[in-house]
Amino acid sequence: MLKIETITKIFSPGSINEKKAIDNLSLTLDKGEFVTVIGGNGAGKSTLLNCIAGVLETDSGKIYLGGEDITYMPEYKRSRYIGRVFQDPLLGTAFDMTIEENLAIAYSKAKTRGLAPGIRKSQSKLFREKLARLGLGLENRIQQKVGLLSGGQRQALTLLLATIVKPELLLLDEHTAALDPAASRQVMDLTRQLIMEHQLTTIMVTHNMKNALEFGSRTIMMHEGRIILDLQGRERTEMTVEKLIEHFSRKSGEVLDNDRLLLI
Amino acid sequence: MNVQVLFGSIELGMIYAIMALGVFISFRTLNMPDLTVDGSFVLGAAVSAVMCTSGHPQAALGTAFLAGCIAGSCTALLHTKLKIQPLLAGILVMLGLWSVNLRVMAGKANIPLINKTTVFNLLDGTALETYATMIIPAAIIIILMLLLYYFLKTELGLVIRATGDNEQMVRALGCNTDWTILIGLAVANGLVALSGAMIAQYQSFADITMGTGMVIIGLASVIIGEVLFGIKSLMRRLIAVVLGAMLYRLVIAAAYQLGMSPNDFKLVSALIVALALSMPVIKERYQIWKKRRENHANHLGEERKNA
Ligand SMILES: Nc1ncnc2c1ncn2[C@@H]1O[C@H](COP(=O)(O)OP(=O)(O)OP(=O)(O)O)[C@@H](O)[C@H]1O
Ligand SMILES: [Mg+2]
Repeated sequence: MLKIETITKIFSPGSINEKKAIDNLSLTLDKGEFVTVIGGNGAGKSTLLNCIAGVLETDSGKIYLGGEDITYMPEYKRSRYIGRVFQDPLLGTAFDMTIEENLAIAYSKAKTRGLAPGIRKSQSKLFREKLARLGLGLENRIQQKVGLLSGGQRQALTLLLATIVKPELLLLDEHTAALDPAASRQVMDLTRQLIMEHQLTTIMVTHNMKNALEFGSRTIMMHEGRIILDLQGRERTEMTVEKLIEHFSRKSGEVLDNDRLLLI
Repeated sequence: MNVQVLFGSIELGMIYAIMALGVFISFRTLNMPDLTVDGSFVLGAAVSAVMCTSGHPQAALGTAFLAGCIAGSCTALLHTKLKIQPLLAGILVMLGLWSVNLRVMAGKANIPLINKTTVFNLLDGTALETYATMIIPAAIIIILMLLLYYFLKTELGLVIRATGDNEQMVRALGCNTDWTILIGLAVANGLVALSGAMIAQYQSFADITMGTGMVIIGLASVIIGEVLFGIKSLMRRLIAVVLGAMLYRLVIAAAYQLGMSPNDFKLVSALIVALALSMPVIKERYQIWKKRRENHANHLGEERKNA
């Protein structure tokens, strides 16, 4: 499904600030696979996701999605196949537009937008149903502006926007990091529900070590732009948070350092 | 204010409202400070004057609109493809347009249209002839508002509006923001040019300097509309912009009647916009000041109790 071949990303090459954020990284994901990603501050997790999504161009290497070479495809075209939820709840939605309008934009994701009406009656019904499934009561607020929603509600809505047209790949970058614990749990449950329901191939960056092991079927650990640990199957089911941290120190020779890191 | 002046202001207000709708699209919908306006307004007037002179007043309006679209597209391309800041991109195109406009006007700084047929002659020979200068702008502004309302609710319109809110989100949902910005700025400047074209025919001349400060007048209209008539729904916003533009003309006319020199109008417009733009900060300061005073009063009260 997703095949990343030895990609490298260097910020400000040639200057004193030169930073190799992704270092000859390769990764292959099967269809339906759900991978969680952990790593310290500046490990290159967000950069990796941005390279896959096309926000950043890679300096070398190739990226294939569903067999197609997308290495040089612009961000907006890749988005037809890739759904994304960002860490910042403000980034996922248009705040001055209604919930319904936001959903309509997401719903026309796969086609060229023309002069047809943006919202049709039949769609409204579908949107209400989908919103009702979130269990947040948003189906009754469909005409309200998104700016009125809380962070958790926005992230739930962004998840829906990212998946209302089934994406081939879902990228989640610490999408609950800005939420309070209760909202975070709620959005996490929703995430799991949506991924299971649509059998979505997913990469989820998380700062929560427990979530990393608990969610999905595979966990990778990043350090200095490389994958230093790739856990699946039995090795993963037997892994604990303590052992994971120990593993990190051994592999990287450093103490795992992430200011948002949650160990429990 | 006599009736003639009142009617004149309303008519002018409706024509300038077309320009204000354009400014609304760039500044509010796309959230982009587009200064092309001063140039594209004159471009529309120049095209209109030249085509009126050769006897095509109606076609002049459509051509002016298209010319404005091209000007807006240039600004958009400078910004999206060459990564020049929107403010600067607009100024560059505005500057370039000065020369283009002079070329369109065949090197003359002023083209008079006295005794030329204009769109305001359309109703000649009918019972409505004397009201043509009121009816025609009214019809055009109503049609434009409806078209714009429909357009901003189409699939394309929705993504243009979202671009102003959150470009990142629009790209993440599969739409090229370079394209939405291009369409948005094209339509915005098309409207501005159309307004210039109508003004030229209304006042029977086009002048190379007639666009100076136009963007501020547009912005003042948008802000006056927002403050007085609200921003609740899209239709409400469009109506507010139009009413704002008309009110602006009425205020200017009233000031003129009260003896203010037309030379001072631009200063007053600048002050209105500066005041409106600083409103959020002023409000915040006021809240802080109020809180401090309350605290101070409480403090004094307690001291008195203690004493
Ligand atoms: N736009 C940029 N320009 C220059 N350097 C950057 C840029 N984006 C990221 N970097 C650098 O690249 C490295 C990797 O950053 P990245 O954001 O991918 O880390 P991360 O693993 O997501 O970390 P965090 O847990 O803090 O989110 C960091 O050293 C960072 O400073
Ligand atoms: Mg990150």
